[in-house]
Amino acid sequence: MAQAATAQLDTFPKLLRRNAEARGPKTAFRHKDLGIWQSWTWAEVYDHVRAYAVGLQNLGLKRGDKIAIVGANRPKLYWSMMAAQMIGAVPVPVYSDAIADELAYVLDHAEVSFAAVQDQEQVDKLLSVAERVPRLKTMLYDWGRGLRDYDHTHLHPIAAVIAQGRVQLSEGSDVGKALDAEIDAGHGDDLSIILYTSGTTGRSKGVMLSAGRSIAAATDTVRFDNLSDNDEVLAYLPLAWVGDHYLNFAQGLVAGFCTACPESADTAQNDLKEIGPTFYFAPPRVFENLLTRVMIRMEDASGLKKKMFHHYIAVAKQWGEKILNGQEVPLGARLSYGLGNLLVYAPLKNALGFSKIRTAYTAGEAIGPELFSFYRSLGMNLKQLYGQTEAFLYVTAQPDGQIRADTVGPASPNVDIRIEESTGEVLYKSPGQFIGYYKDAEKTAETMTPDGFVRTGDAGFFEVGTGHLKIIDRAKDVSKLKSGDLFAPKYIENRLKFYPNIKEVVAFGQGEDFVSVFINIDLTAVGNWAERNNVIYGSYQELAGHADVYGIIAGHVDEVNALLAAEPMMAAAQIKRFLILHKELDADDGELTRTQKVRRGFVGERYAPLVKALYDGSTEADISTEVTFEDGRKGVISARVKVKDAKVFAATTGKAA
Amino acid sequence: MLHVSPNTATTGIAKGEVLLSVENVSLRFGGVKAISDVSFDILKGEVRAIIGPNGAGKTSMLNCINGFYFPQEGHITYKGVRRQKVRPHEAASSGIARTFQNVALFKGMTTLDNIMTGRTLKMNVGLFWQLLRHGPAMREEIEHRRKVEDIIDFLEIQAIRKIPVGKLPYGLQKRVELGRALAMEPELLLLDEPMAGMNLEEKEDMCRFILDVNQTFGTTIALIEHDMGVVMDLSDRVVVLEYGRKIADGTPDVVKADQKVIDAYLGVAH
Repeated sequence: MAQAATAQLDTFPKLLRRNAEARGPKTAFRHKDLGIWQSWTWAEVYDHVRAYAVGLQNLGLKRGDKIAIVGANRPKLYWSMMAAQMIGAVPVPVYSDAIADELAYVLDHAEVSFAAVQDQEQVDKLLSVAERVPRLKTMLYDWGRGLRDYDHTHLHPIAAVIAQGRVQLSEGSDVGKALDAEIDAGHGDDLSIILYTSGTTGRSKGVMLSAGRSIAAATDTVRFDNLSDNDEVLAYLPLAWVGDHYLNFAQGLVAGFCTACPESADTAQNDLKEIGPTFYFAPPRVFENLLTRVMIRMEDASGLKKKMFHHYIAVAKQWGEKILNGQEVPLGARLSYGLGNLLVYAPLKNALGFSKIRTAYTAGEAIGPELFSFYRSLGMNLKQLYGQTEAFLYVTAQPDGQIRADTVGPASPNVDIRIEESTGEVLYKSPGQFIGYYKDAEKTAETMTPDGFVRTGDAGFFEVGTGHLKIIDRAKDVSKLKSGDLFAPKYIENRLKFYPNIKEVVAFGQGEDFVSVFINIDLTAVGNWAERNNVIYGSYQELAGHADVYGIIAGHVDEVNALLAAEPMMAAAQIKRFLILHKELDADDGELTRTQKVRRGFVGERYAPLVKALYDGSTEADISTEVTFEDGRKGVISARVKVKDAKVFAATTGKAA
Repeated sequence: MLHVSPNTATTGIAKGEVLLSVENVSLRFGGVKAISDVSFDILKGEVRAIIGPNGAGKTSMLNCINGFYFPQEGHITYKGVRRQKVRPHEAASSGIARTFQNVALFKGMTTLDNIMTGRTLKMNVGLFWQLLRHGPAMREEIEHRRKVEDIIDFLEIQAIRKIPVGKLPYGLQKRVELGRALAMEPELLLLDEPMAGMNLEEKEDMCRFILDVNQTFGTTIALIEHDMGVVMDLSDRVVVLEYGRKIADGTPDVVKADQKVIDAYLGVAH
């Protein structure tokens, strides 16, 4: 076995073998089962996976075969991936909540012949689409409840497969030697996994990743964030998502840290608190929900606690980020922050399960600066990254000490990024980048440039001076003003939406002289303000049209313009005119999608008179629109909406770093 | 192509042996006759439904089986032994567990503790050791806790393990109550309207749990339910009561087609 340590570690099974040798007694996996955290060391995991691999061979799984993995984060499903890779088969994790049609398409497209699933629910789902997946022959399951009376000719419990493989391994040394040979036969260029992207437009595409590239990428980021075998993560992200496969599976094997699997999806929050991970990832939405929950619960706390909480949160807001960034801070502030840590921050972080976090990432959508700095001010090292499946995650990431809410950081180690001049699209070349889309050479060719760069489909630019990348919008949504200056509607909309008073924004400007926006106020936030300031209103419409409300919103628009003025690429796209809509945009009226995204084109047509008023200089306009009430009846709302001008700033040459 | 067909094989439990039989039972409260001359039996391993319009005497019947009431006439034979007057806890220790129409849990106690109370009859260690919470008491507690955790896992209520039951929504409370009944490891499980007040999704979950209990543990189940769809899907045999009398008895298909049952549910022209 000594030669194994020196052999090139270019596949995950080789890494697993290395971990079993180098850190055998260290904990590799945890899973809460029957209320108790069960754990397995690297040596045990290696042992299980070897037996599992032999068991799979017996069932007929061969090098190059595809095995679907369907279910929640459970050790046995992670081991299924490892065992398949050990004998050269390719795991294809699939979203467990995918609808039957989507599932059938992916399984058939990937040509899976095996499937390792979590429980009866997944078995039933696969059986329901079995006719459309002709190659699927064998199914394995982790949890047998309700499956006792199923025909077990092609259905096996994973535990039994492992047990059977173990018996064989103990019977003859030939079996073990053959398996070692299989591990050694693996090569860095081998297809390691196929991850299907959740296709927002059209069918899912199978992103093929090679073992060697995956490991190279993970090695870079493990070093970047100083991850070691003393770290621990809670694996709660979907198995089929690149985030889980990268952050937990790949980094876990490279760094040798421990992956903890929650008891069930519902208990994840509680399990997080019990485990206290040191590395954590969550989309902004999760952080936002947590903050809201904390704030609501504080409202119910006793007066003294409330006072203490708000006092020290204010202290943290003022000094916390500066302390975390290692900036100069007066001694008094340090002491006050220290006391706050004792009384508020530490207990709060403990309640959220964030006590031990050294590095946390968020990505996926824009995060509000307030939200971002709230967590950072508590002393939690929250950072942003930008990545995608095709890159095997990281394209950019913020290094410690260069953390900002409005960028996604500079290029990750060994990643080349360039911005396409004409469209502003971000292109990259990364160590982990994919080989191609499975069985789709045409799409692969569309996505890759001749010189090997990958198109992200996102438009962005590098901030002058810092080299931080800013993502502004999907490239296809970015357009130009009449003057030829760049107009990125979502970038402007998001900037405004970070204000709690603003619920929804629709920006216009394509082919126009300037940018203008529709704004929807947030009834909860503005209503709260109205209550405190004795502003009387009878309806949403009345509040939206109130002169003082216009004043508040105008202030927000001016602030956003000041920020835009500081960005050379965006300075020309400042908001010149705005109006506050008399009704809330609603999915029932077709103005939003069911996932609450604005349908910009439709809104533009529906409110054509208002758009016209924005651009013809009038100060008010009449509009009447048909609305659908919740009970399905239709009615007409008419209103006279005021149009206001906003303050426009001269373009500054960008902040010096 | 994969050829696995669910639920084709039999459950492996021999159905046929009579577990409990009710013979000519009548129950009176003063002048009110709640049950008159009802006979039926419950076979081992089956799901038996008792249905009927409001006031038909369904819950009274369940109360007789479970020892709450003692019928003035007739006999109940359980596991081949004709039963004398029993107290509910004696019925419980002989392997009969039940849930109630209106949830009867300890609201201030957690889910875990509530289910743990279901193990009371299985605890053997004396008060002395229990108070010390040491030695044999601790060993026994661990054993019971393991059983309870199995049930929590089975019913998928891990997330509410440590939450006081009073804070839970109704559907979950019903599930906890089922958990407590299961903790007794009963041979005969009596469910009094397990799905009352539930939404469709909760009902579907509950159906699945009832079938799983029946198939996995081989527990015999007698249930009262108003949702006819549920009853017809779940049960092996159905007995129909009206005004305290039995008007039909048989498989769901037979009962569904019975004119007397249709009349009882839909009413007849007078």
